[in-house]
Amino acid sequence: MLELKNITYEVEENGAVKRILDDVSLTVEDRRFVVITGPNGGGKSTLAKIIMGVEKPTSGSILFDGADITELSVTDRAKLGISFAFQQPVRFKGLEVKDLLRIAAGRELSIPEACSYLSEVGLCARDYVDREVNASLSGGELKRIEIATLLARNTRLSVFDEPEAGIDLWSFQNLIRIFEKMRAEIKDSSIIVISHQERILRIADEIIVIADGKLSRRGGAEILPELTGADAPETACERLQ
Amino acid sequence: MLKLDEIQKRLISEVADLHSVPEGAYNFRANGELAGRNSTANIEIVSKPDGSGIDIHIKPGTKHESVHIPVVLSNTGYKETVYNDFFIGEDSDVLIVAGCGIDNCGAGDSQHDGVHRFFVGRGAKAKYVEKHYGSGDGSGKRILNPVTEVYMEPESVMEMEMEQIKGVDSTVRTTVAELKEGAKLTVRERLMTHGSQDAVSEYNVTLKGENSAADVVSRSVARDDSSQTFNARITGAAPCSGHTECDAIIMDNARVLAVPSLDAQNVDAALVHEAAIGKIAGEQLMKLMSLGLTAAEAEEQIINGFLK
Repeated sequence: MLELKNITYEVEENGAVKRILDDVSLTVEDRRFVVITGPNGGGKSTLAKIIMGVEKPTSGSILFDGADITELSVTDRAKLGISFAFQQPVRFKGLEVKDLLRIAAGRELSIPEACSYLSEVGLCARDYVDREVNASLSGGELKRIEIATLLARNTRLSVFDEPEAGIDLWSFQNLIRIFEKMRAEIKDSSIIVISHQERILRIADEIIVIADGKLSRRGGAEILPELTGADAPETACERLQ
Repeated sequence: MLKLDEIQKRLISEVADLHSVPEGAYNFRANGELAGRNSTANIEIVSKPDGSGIDIHIKPGTKHESVHIPVVLSNTGYKETVYNDFFIGEDSDVLIVAGCGIDNCGAGDSQHDGVHRFFVGRGAKAKYVEKHYGSGDGSGKRILNPVTEVYMEPESVMEMEMEQIKGVDSTVRTTVAELKEGAKLTVRERLMTHGSQDAVSEYNVTLKGENSAADVVSRSVARDDSSQTFNARITGAAPCSGHTECDAIIMDNARVLAVPSLDAQNVDAALVHEAAIGKIAGEQLMKLMSLGLTAAEAEEQIINGFLK
């Protein structure tokens, strides 16, 4: 489905060239739930933005269903069937949640349809469908609405950039359930999630580690122990026991 | 029946959302002449003796009735000033829909200056909706200079929605309000200018009575080479609360000048002003483009939402 070939991304910082991604190549097959993880500042989010076209790679190419999309705009990639959930969702004065869902779906949505997407992400739909996507919404609410827009789009490839960032503990439990459900219902599509969360890593068919701009490790659930430490307690709660 | 041609009907539908004769009281004015009028048992519309406008008398206790007073101009070069006075009886609850549409296909400037005065009785509740719209491709300008004066008796409530989205070349909007004890005024202004249009909106609200409150919010979009001035002044002469907000999106080579001013004359006058002017954020465009919109479509959605 998706193929990244020798992706390098450089920026200029204080007159010096800094390499954020260094010759990254990887393939995502159909019907896969892939989690990209690794240390902060390692280049994960940049890679996600390069897939959506928000950033253009310095060199390398991107193939989607066999076609080279390296030069395509964000809009064109969206139309081809790629969607992207931003790490920090954008606020809009005046645009309502149902407007955003309608734009995402690319057609008029009935209120019950719009509500069904919100219910999926654990928001009480009738409280939110008419709300403005503005500063009155909390970070956690915005993240869930962001995820709902991707559900409404229902594209071939969905990319989530750190969906857990800025989400409180209660919302987090819900988030895990959403991803577990997505994993279970995957059909003719694939999902890429950028995440640090072990609970999300556990859902993955495949884990990719990006560190210092390079692909450093790749594998299935079997590589989890070496990422988290083989005998390490699994969660904060277990650590306390 | 109404004596309106097709252009005038189209203008009426733009400014008053009317496609047929409305229920309730109405007064239609087209090119300076009366095109239709209806008074009801509770709402009486009469011409001023000198012909300069109309008086609208709403009986005390009138509930859930409406008055429509749209004006259309379709003759190029026509200029008029009209004075309309609304006497809103005590404890009434009414909707007043005004608006002016100008279609100017000729070379002469067309201008309508409407002076509306509202005398809102004790405990009365009124909602006032005003839309301005211009069309036509003539070189003559479409000019609207509305003056609105609101005099509010104790415990009265006035909600005003003013919208000017398209086609008016030049406008100077002046709104003056005086509020007595417990009176509440809410203003929502929506404005978009494009081309080389020029719009000025001035508010002068005086909170005279204890516990009076005013909330004046303007949202605007300035495109192309247009310019806008928002000048909102709230005076607090008693224990009261006042809030004014100007929120503008600036595009292209436009200019937006926001001049909020507060005048507190009482130690318990709580007055706040906010003003923010900025372009459409790149990340907003990017988000909507990632949902499949082109940059132009994304911009349109953002502006439509902002001006909703």
